[in-house]
Amino acid sequence: MNKSILLVLSLALAVACGKKEASAEDNYQPGGGEATTEAADPASYDPKRGEGKFDTVELGATLDQALAKKGEEVAGVKCASCHKTTDEKLVGPGWKGVTERRKPEWIMNFITNPDPMIDKDPEVQAQLEICLVRMPNQGVSDDEARGILEYMRKNDGVK
Amino acid sequence: MKNKFVQAILVIALGSALVSSCKPKNSGDAVSGDAAQRVYVAPGKYDEFYNFVSGGFSGQMSVYGLPSGRMMKVVPIFSVDPESGWGFSEETKPMLNTSEGFIPWDDQHHLELSQTNGEVDGRWIFANANNTPRIARVDLKRFKTSEIIELPNSAGNHSSPFITENTEYVVAGTRFGVPGDYDKGDVPINTYKENFKAHISFIKVDKESGKMDLSFQLRLPGVNFDLSHAGKGKSHGWFFFTCYNSEQANTLLEVNASQRDKDFIMAVNWKKAEEYIKAGKGKIEKTKYAHNTWNDETHTGTSVIKEEVLVLDAMAMKDICYLMPCPKSPHGCDVDPTGEYIVGSGKLAALIPVFSFDKMVKAIGKKDYEGDYEGIPVLKYNSVLHGEVQKPGLGPLHTEFDGKGNAYTTFFVSSEVVKWDIKTLKVLDRVPTYYSVGHLCIPGGDSKKPFGKYLIAYNKITKDRYLPTGPELTQSAQLYDISGDKMKLLLDFPTIGEPHYAQAAPADLIRNNGQLKIYDIKKNNHPRVAKGEKETKVVREGKKVHVYMTMVRSHFSPDNIEGIKVGDDVYFHITNLEQDWDVPHGFSIRRAQTAELLIMPGETATLNWKPSKVGIVPFYCTDFCSALHQEMSGYIRVSPAGSNVPISYSLGTNLPASAKK
Repeated sequence: MNKSILLVLSLALAVACGKKEASAEDNYQPGGGEATTEAADPASYDPKRGEGKFDTVELGATLDQALAKKGEEVAGVKCASCHKTTDEKLVGPGWKGVTERRKPEWIMNFITNPDPMIDKDPEVQAQLEICLVRMPNQGVSDDEARGILEYMRKNDGVK
Repeated sequence: MKNKFVQAILVIALGSALVSSCKPKNSGDAVSGDAAQRVYVAPGKYDEFYNFVSGGFSGQMSVYGLPSGRMMKVVPIFSVDPESGWGFSEETKPMLNTSEGFIPWDDQHHLELSQTNGEVDGRWIFANANNTPRIARVDLKRFKTSEIIELPNSAGNHSSPFITENTEYVVAGTRFGVPGDYDKGDVPINTYKENFKAHISFIKVDKESGKMDLSFQLRLPGVNFDLSHAGKGKSHGWFFFTCYNSEQANTLLEVNASQRDKDFIMAVNWKKAEEYIKAGKGKIEKTKYAHNTWNDETHTGTSVIKEEVLVLDAMAMKDICYLMPCPKSPHGCDVDPTGEYIVGSGKLAALIPVFSFDKMVKAIGKKDYEGDYEGIPVLKYNSVLHGEVQKPGLGPLHTEFDGKGNAYTTFFVSSEVVKWDIKTLKVLDRVPTYYSVGHLCIPGGDSKKPFGKYLIAYNKITKDRYLPTGPELTQSAQLYDISGDKMKLLLDFPTIGEPHYAQAAPADLIRNNGQLKIYDIKKNNHPRVAKGEKETKVVREGKKVHVYMTMVRSHFSPDNIEGIKVGDDVYFHITNLEQDWDVPHGFSIRRAQTAELLIMPGETATLNWKPSKVGIVPFYCTDFCSALHQEMSGYIRVSPAGSNVPISYSLGTNLPASAKK
């Protein structure tokens, strides 16, 4: 198990880690000395869209009931241990109002690609300081993520 | 810093040059200048090879990286493992079942990686249990024991688990001749020669799933089968076994089993045996053996007791087995990558006989026999001999190959590895080992395609190689570079248990075999899985209480349970809801009579607990899982046996009365 989670956490908060692998000849530098050279360009991160495979997600004018039901089932297994449907924080923040706060593509990207977004998204990093637990990658498929999004919309009152 | 180190190494190397030709007294003399560089694997970098090392009397298998010698994993096989719960959880207990019940220990000697076309294919590794005869298959996508089959009519399952070149069969020869399970077993020991027999098992392996099935056994004279290897290439279809105690002594074997100048290597034409089986020449005999299989979707082992085995009397069939005389109680039995040369190692000999497959086939064709041994033809030594390696050392044990025409043999008595040319039989090089080497391993070194870069010696004696740790010392392995003409000692590394045979394969072959990172929770078909917190519950069935629990970073659901009573039989069925790599959770409960559970993402496992004291009992996660890991815990209220406290369970809602208002 990743015992270095605290370290990772503090690094993530301080500066994005470089992804370049150190070659055998490189001298070791505590704290990831070369991070500044290869760090992902923060300017390229779009806090509205997040980072992942979804650029735009088309939403129906009304709720797709069947899709929301599927999403509720997946959320019951993979999400509900940490997220309430109210605005109350459990392990992570409650889901109430999330579809109003976030664009659908941001939600879909965060569900399917959480780690890079936790490292880069300023609001997620602020949230991490409150929750102290990184949202895990729960192996949610694209279709499942879309279902969860629809379930979140239902939870936010879309009919 | 670096320069000082190099200087020191140079001084040592110089020192060794001055005393060259003398047998070195310590490792400093034997290590060359750039050894440190050659074994250094930088932090975050991978090793070049996986090395799977038998655990001997620990019953486990350990996994190392080479050339660093860093240990990465210990896989429990014929052992219990309190860390993972192997042998303690309800699901794993059936894996250690036998015809005589739960047997949680064994002596694990030899390992063999599965092969396709005679080359290591990185799918499974087979392991033998020497004491209570069993063969296991470990799945290398999961690094987990997937199957264990017990062997009837056997005792001391030593010449196993060697495989044919497409993993058609795993074979297992018995080290102790004993009366078969279907014979009368209650006989005086000194009637050995009449009543004791040896059986060799052929276990069929399914091409796709790897699932094993005891296909048939050969009934043979009561000798001690020691080691074996399959033919390959031209000799595919044959299997070769060394045997000792052809004297059939039953007491003071040290003396009485060393009387004859030669024992045998037995060549088995297993394709012929298959024909006889097909023709109905085998006999179904009554016996009992356990066949235990693991199911990755129910996360549960199942044990089935089988009651019949097909036995073919090899002494009555004249053309299945042939004996080649081999000097002085042969031990190792190794076949070179071409399949032509069979190396026998007489452990009391001062030479190494090398047999020729072509000559053997010719001699059989001409019936060039010197006689028979209990009905099995004995070929003439000189008719089947390719030649002898003269004065190689004392006490040869095992041989591996580098794929460049060279063989490497270990010598226990003279404590060295000797490199020799298979064709010319000339000794090319020798290096000392520290101390008294047993087995050796070259990656792919018993296959058609060895990767002859490194050689690892597994030593029997450790003495002064490491910091002392009281009377019991760690075991010692040593890594040599064999890429040049001369073998070079690079590294010592300690091992677990007593290492016997080992296998190694290029790292990419294993790590790109479809390694599993998590168990897909959608496919979890455990009968008591809780897929999500809404499925968690506590159910009383008389004295039995089933707790359906989930775990996620960082809480259990439920985490408050009341209504458990002294004398209850409580089963915690716990599902890890995580679906990310490297996020197991542990589960431990105060005074659990077993161990912890370490549950992988998407897996369900069950711990049994029998509370015997009234009070509040905490449980917690043992695997540091998040910043709030210390919070991952819960309480169980245990009431007296006759109590009326009803079953109740909750997460986050069981608040003080004042807070509820």
